[in-house]
Amino acid sequence: MDEILRIENLHVSVDETPIIKGLSLTIHQGEIHVIMGRNGAGKSTLASVLMGHPAYVITEGSIFYLGQPLEELTVFERARAGMFLSFQYPVVIPGVQVGTFLKKSVQSVRDEPIKGRAFRKELNEAMNTLDMDKSVLSRYVNDGFSGGEKKRLEILQMLMLNPKLALLDETDSGLDIDALRIVAKGINQVAPQAGCLIITHYQRLLDHVKPTYVHVMIDGQILMTGGPELALELEEKGYDWIDVVPEA
Amino acid sequence: MSDEAHDAVGDYRFGFHDPENATIRFDKGLSEQVVRDISALKDEPEWMTELRVKAYNHFIERPMPDWGNCHSLNQINFDNVTYFLRSSDATKNDWDDVPEDIKNTFNRLGIPEAEQKWLGGVTAQYESEAVYHSIREDLEEQGVLFLDMDSGLKKFPEIVKQYFGTVVPHTDNKFSALNTAVWSGGSFIYVPKGVHVEMPVQAYFRINAKNMGQFERTLIIADEDSSIHYVEGCTAPTYSTDSLHSAVVELIAMKGAKIRYSTIQNWSANVFNLVTKRGVAHERATIEWVDGNIGSKLTMKYPSVLLKGEGAHAEVISVAYAGKGQHQDAGAKVHHLAPNTTSNILSKSISKNGGRSSYRGMLQVTPKSDGCRSKIVCDALMLDSESRSDTYPTMEVGNPTADLEHEASVSKVSGDQLFYLMSRGFTEEQAMGLIVNGFFEPFTRELPMEYAVELNKLLELEMEGSIG
Repeated sequence: MDEILRIENLHVSVDETPIIKGLSLTIHQGEIHVIMGRNGAGKSTLASVLMGHPAYVITEGSIFYLGQPLEELTVFERARAGMFLSFQYPVVIPGVQVGTFLKKSVQSVRDEPIKGRAFRKELNEAMNTLDMDKSVLSRYVNDGFSGGEKKRLEILQMLMLNPKLALLDETDSGLDIDALRIVAKGINQVAPQAGCLIITHYQRLLDHVKPTYVHVMIDGQILMTGGPELALELEEKGYDWIDVVPEA
Repeated sequence: MSDEAHDAVGDYRFGFHDPENATIRFDKGLSEQVVRDISALKDEPEWMTELRVKAYNHFIERPMPDWGNCHSLNQINFDNVTYFLRSSDATKNDWDDVPEDIKNTFNRLGIPEAEQKWLGGVTAQYESEAVYHSIREDLEEQGVLFLDMDSGLKKFPEIVKQYFGTVVPHTDNKFSALNTAVWSGGSFIYVPKGVHVEMPVQAYFRINAKNMGQFERTLIIADEDSSIHYVEGCTAPTYSTDSLHSAVVELIAMKGAKIRYSTIQNWSANVFNLVTKRGVAHERATIEWVDGNIGSKLTMKYPSVLLKGEGAHAEVISVAYAGKGQHQDAGAKVHHLAPNTTSNILSKSISKNGGRSSYRGMLQVTPKSDGCRSKIVCDALMLDSESRSDTYPTMEVGNPTADLEHEASVSKVSGDQLFYLMSRGFTEEQAMGLIVNGFFEPFTRELPMEYAVELNKLLELEMEGSIG
């Protein structure tokens, strides 16, 4: 399978505080990687740095996306090259309607004029998949949305943008069981053509999405990798039994 | 465009100018003789000539305002302004009769096209006078009068005499005095009782000549239980020297009538835009000002409403965009003079690249206005730290039963918003454009769709090449 993402010995700091301390990971097309770990382990930092958030500084190591050094790409170039981040806390854009936003976003990522009719058809299908009401299109982006509505809108964007690399940062947090199933449906639809990196605290998403690998992240490093069974084990035993590697 | 002019105004889409083919051009400068000459040229009744002269004398005596932006105001050189310029022998009602170069200008601005598609009437003013005017036949048959102001005075002198200067007297301020002295062009509208003008009527104002002064005068009278929506747009070429636009607009909404007056002002950044707009709303009448200020060097404009009759309502929705070298000093004034009157004021401003936007508001509640309600919301968005935003709200509350709300906020575009949008494929400029359009949305949605789309495009252009 094709390599989508390769991270080699990555070190990342925020305000000169090291957060990620030597992380390596390779993701191929069709693979679903799950990263679990306590709060503060650096999971969200990893997602943000991959998408190019300016606050995070890579101090060492390298990232290759589709064989190219990722650092050379700005945030929007990453999006246009097929990277997608489902935000843990999606941002409110007052006054901008979801429909307009989606159309413009798809247009900039695909870099070609989109036809109104074909676009509406595509959008309808995606919204049906996610069991979303049309009325959301005339609401303002994330404005007054419940937690579940925000996450569903993130997944809708993912379906419309059809990424090659999908980063999902705690997309399952705060969802009821129905919403969780719907989010999983979206991920499963995108997964075969993409590489997926899912950050989560909970095993329960994995009842609906089958991971290729489960990684445990502790203090900025991946300390253990296993299959789906590892998630069950973590759910049962917590993280304490995994040894913390002493400072190098 | 010269480099100097370009530095001054940036990329302004309507900055082109056409050759000046004036048929009559007055020498620069102002005197009583100039005022009398304008009046004589227009063959006006004597009372108008005398009013002009009186206003001129008041203008001379009246000091410059000592508030707003005095530094800029004092830069205006009244001797270097052309006060009257006629470009076409007469106002035409067929575009084919309009002189070719002027017609081209309005074609480039898309006016004839808009007229065909969705307007009830159009007047197009070029320099001092209307060069084109039309009204749909069905409106004419219903007795709607829609003329340029000069023709209005000629054909309906009694109506004009009855209302002219009653809402904005020449003694109101220095620039209303100037306008009254040298006014030319503008619109005269009368909507008969019970007539609803469904399609908006539009006026388009274009300054083409250098150092031009444009002083249009508009009077709109909506008789009992009638309604009308009037839309105006303004552009000018980009020159490195300044032009002056000083209009007076008077609205009269009789019992139960409704007037909506929408403006998209996009003057080039060398135009002083000093305008007095005021309306009187009688019993149960509504006056709405939808006021967009995107262009000009300095704008000082505070659309106001006198709520004179019981149950009258005022709505003032305004946006201001202040880019490099621009100061938008805008706002609203509402005077509650009768019981159970209501008003809403929404003001939104954006400052960028060192631009300055000010909200200046006046809310007056007199002892007679029992049970009145008013809500004022002012939001300012700053796109960088070198820009400036101020708020100068004034409230005079003389009645304890008044229900008043005032909210104000100043915000900056957040890094999180930019990152989110950029992660969805938008460049930083596009992301800014989207945020700005969203911020102005409560205004934009009040505009006819064609204008809303145009305004959004305009704002997106303003965001281009702007990110350091």
